[in-house]
Amino acid sequence: MVKTYAEIILKMRWLVVLITVLIIAAMGYGAQFLSFTNDYRVFFSKENPQLVAFENLQDTYSKNDNVMMVLAPKDGNVFTAKNLKAITWLTELAWQTPYSTRVDSITNFQHTRADGDDLIVENLVYEDDDLTPQRIEDIKQIAINEPLLVNRLVSNSGHVTGINVTIELKGENVTTENPEVVDFVRDLKKEFVQKYPDIDVKLTGIIMMNRAFPEASQYDMQNLVPFMFLVFIIILFFWVKGLSGTLATFFVIVFSIVGAMGLAGWLGIALTPPSFSAIMIIPTMSIAHSVHILMNFLIAIHHGETRREAMIDSLRINMQPVFLTTVTTGIGFLSLNFSDAPPFRDLGNIVAMGVVIAYFLSITFLPAMMMILPVKEQVVETRTSRLMVALAEFVIKRRKVLLLVMGLGILLLLSFIPRNELNDEFTKYFSTEIEFRRDADFASDNLSGLYLVDYSLESGETGGVSSPEFLQRVEAFANWFRDQPEVIHVNVITDIFKRLNRNMHNDEDSWYKLPDQRNLAAQYLLLYEMSLPYGLDLNNQINVDKSSTRMTVMLYNTSTSNVLALEQRAQAWLKDNVPVTMQNEGASPTIMFSHIGFRNIRAMLLGTTIALVLISFILIFALRSFKIGFISLIPNLIPAGMAFGLWGLAVGQVGLALSVVTGMTLGIVVDDTVHFLSKYLRARREKGLDAADATRYAFRTVGLALVATSIVLALGFMVLTQSAFTLNSDMGLMTATTIVFALIADFLLLPPLLMALDKKESKHV
Amino acid sequence: MFKKITLALLITWPFLAIAQTAEEKGLQIAKAADAYDQGFVDFTANMQMILKNKKGEVSKRQIRIRTLEVDGDGDKSMSIFDEPADVKGTAMLTYSHGLKPDDQWLYLPAIKRVKRINSRNKSGPFMGSEFAFEDLGSQEVEKYSYKYLRDEACEDRQCFVIERIPAYKFSGYTRQQVWLDQQDYRLMKADFYDRKNELLKTLTASDYQQYLGRYWRPGKMEMINHQNGKSTTLEWSDYRFKTGLQDRDFKSQTLKRVR
Repeated sequence: MVKTYAEIILKMRWLVVLITVLIIAAMGYGAQFLSFTNDYRVFFSKENPQLVAFENLQDTYSKNDNVMMVLAPKDGNVFTAKNLKAITWLTELAWQTPYSTRVDSITNFQHTRADGDDLIVENLVYEDDDLTPQRIEDIKQIAINEPLLVNRLVSNSGHVTGINVTIELKGENVTTENPEVVDFVRDLKKEFVQKYPDIDVKLTGIIMMNRAFPEASQYDMQNLVPFMFLVFIIILFFWVKGLSGTLATFFVIVFSIVGAMGLAGWLGIALTPPSFSAIMIIPTMSIAHSVHILMNFLIAIHHGETRREAMIDSLRINMQPVFLTTVTTGIGFLSLNFSDAPPFRDLGNIVAMGVVIAYFLSITFLPAMMMILPVKEQVVETRTSRLMVALAEFVIKRRKVLLLVMGLGILLLLSFIPRNELNDEFTKYFSTEIEFRRDADFASDNLSGLYLVDYSLESGETGGVSSPEFLQRVEAFANWFRDQPEVIHVNVITDIFKRLNRNMHNDEDSWYKLPDQRNLAAQYLLLYEMSLPYGLDLNNQINVDKSSTRMTVMLYNTSTSNVLALEQRAQAWLKDNVPVTMQNEGASPTIMFSHIGFRNIRAMLLGTTIALVLISFILIFALRSFKIGFISLIPNLIPAGMAFGLWGLAVGQVGLALSVVTGMTLGIVVDDTVHFLSKYLRARREKGLDAADATRYAFRTVGLALVATSIVLALGFMVLTQSAFTLNSDMGLMTATTIVFALIADFLLLPPLLMALDKKESKHV
Repeated sequence: MFKKITLALLITWPFLAIAQTAEEKGLQIAKAADAYDQGFVDFTANMQMILKNKKGEVSKRQIRIRTLEVDGDGDKSMSIFDEPADVKGTAMLTYSHGLKPDDQWLYLPAIKRVKRINSRNKSGPFMGSEFAFEDLGSQEVEKYSYKYLRDEACEDRQCFVIERIPAYKFSGYTRQQVWLDQQDYRLMKADFYDRKNELLKTLTASDYQQYLGRYWRPGKMEMINHQNGKSTTLEWSDYRFKTGLQDRDFKSQTLKRVR
């Protein structure tokens, strides 16, 4: 049947090439619909409970998206006449930012003070202020003693300050709105730096991070993709040698990418750095098929067959294994659909599509092309390398020692797995190649970062935010947080009440305490709200019913498992100290990312298990042996475990990126096992050899090929380690490690296992 | 009153003239609208505010309003808060002015004191609502510069569409676009543009009723904030005109005796 198929393909070679080009063009046409996402929320499914909680909180108060402009005067002092003027200037212009709803800086801070029975509410600094040294000193003292400002908008030493622009995107055009804001802010920065060259400006905030996602992909596109192509051209040149074969395989690779990315466009997938990395994974996954078919073809020609016969032979030999490995690789990548993070589902689906396209290309387009392109007979060594024979002898001779050493080694590596700590610090998703990462690092080193937790504290009654008991509890909670080592700053409404109470008592410091009557607090609030300007109101901290308030806790850079531990302590404190109505979980992007690693690992556990069961069934079916299929589980599963162990030893931090590695690599490493075992079984069944001789046979026939494919796979994933997006580079490194361990397991663990377990006499045929 | 009507006619007739810039026409209309409403002397009304956030959560406030017409300056007005209960009895007195900051006092019953608010700001939310004080305060002609844009059908009538640009430096808006009906100069709708000239809010006034055979007042005003998804509805009731309020009823010294 395969023969007839092959004959048809070869006969209609021109038509096959034409139709292939047309189909790929039609698929690739969809690439125009591809867009890059500008929103960190894509990492969360719509049902993600932490996302839902956070959206809920934002709907009650206001959106948290922001641009933070961090200003670092070169003279190290924010409080000079010149620098204060500069801040006033920038604050004023920041209001022009598209979709901005609020601008907070030290200059437009609404300072309140008392003058007899007058309550004076005004900007801390106006543009037309006469900034005498005395006045500047006053401003400085007010700013660095104001709990709402210090460590949030100004450092306590006064060397850097921040202007925070709150952004409420309309959400009508997701792809343009965020860049619009970023472009504006970057232009503003340029203008500012020209006008005030003695002040450095860093741009951070959620909006800037959102923009960094497509910029990371762009970096990869410009730096990794060309590098990847170079690597593969070199590999092909050494492997396939002839120009025709290299060219045909190269076309298969390019067509697979174009087809898969085009289909992604048709399907309306918005690209993220992880799904974009499909471009770099597809070639790695698709090259092997073509090379297998080409190699057998070239060998047959070397043995004197005609081109036609050689290709028909090659297809006959390769059809089944190529199909099988396509299915298993596809299952591995499709298991990513169980991930809770949609970008990884997209990655899995795009790569799976690419693998399937590559499969079809290598059994249609590739043979047809090889009939069209000139093929010169060339020296192809049959490569029964002495090294492999020696390795086989070594493994057979030392099988007991190997079993022991390997077993102990594996156990040792596995014992390091618990050393991996879950961590998804999202600013570290970007490498320092990306400007956002550098600016975010600067901001968190000098002022405050992006890691914060919001608490919506409910009083349980309308107007309850003014109740003294409630306020006392809120303040106690805020003070508890202020004592925690992870906390930089707590933004809480009680500080405003205390300030107002002091203002109402002629600015006497002894009155800097919470008002002791509910009516009093409510009336202070009314008075204060009446005197605030547009955009600087309290609606982002108090809900419409005045029954609940938002408290924002800002954290130092710390691992997300520390964040979860802190949140747990906070919950325990709430349980011990406040009524049930007031107990509420923290919500924020930080909290969302803190859960994302664990949620995904749990989700992928199911996905990986299903993939494992499916792949094992396929193996048992393909190898026609339950026992051997079962034994194959060990070299398929153990490499990922070993890689995680090594990771625990060397790196120690895992997160979202690595949650998908096991499922993904399962489909890849299984290929080597299949090749090794099918040769082993053929030797046992057809040639009647015993386990040791069958091992020798397997080493001799596929040993070198396995080394070659493993090198190619590992190299392919090593390219990914250069990505500007650490989720990609971690995934690449872990996958490459897993592939190397898989080869070691196939060579040093699987044969001793077979010899130990597969003892029964072979049937002679 | 006869005098006022004559005045109104006197001001409106130039509409018939042809050679007039859009700015002149806008100003004429604003003056006409102002003239049309003049002479009410004083009025009192009850106002209920209904605040709604993006989630649909609702909160209510209850306020009594007293306004005294002042010739040659902005009106004097008093807001007495009845609900929520914790601010009951709080009273706010405002002398609104054209271009300089309003004078504003607040009586806080919890400390039994009158506090003067010394602030340039009128653009913040009024009691946490989507109305700013500058949206609710009296609308003197000199508070804006005007530009007539076009005629447009609104509801079942014809409207003038006018752009007005706040003259006050600390206004929260770059401009407003208002729809005034051509027959009675009632404000039907207004769009508010924020500092970056983006549409921020839309006010729609409805359920107009005429009082004393002349003065139109809305029964309902709805303000929708397009940027944050929140909205506030004002429901007016119990309008009374010429109730005999005197200047001495609008003194900061007497604020604490207000009921």
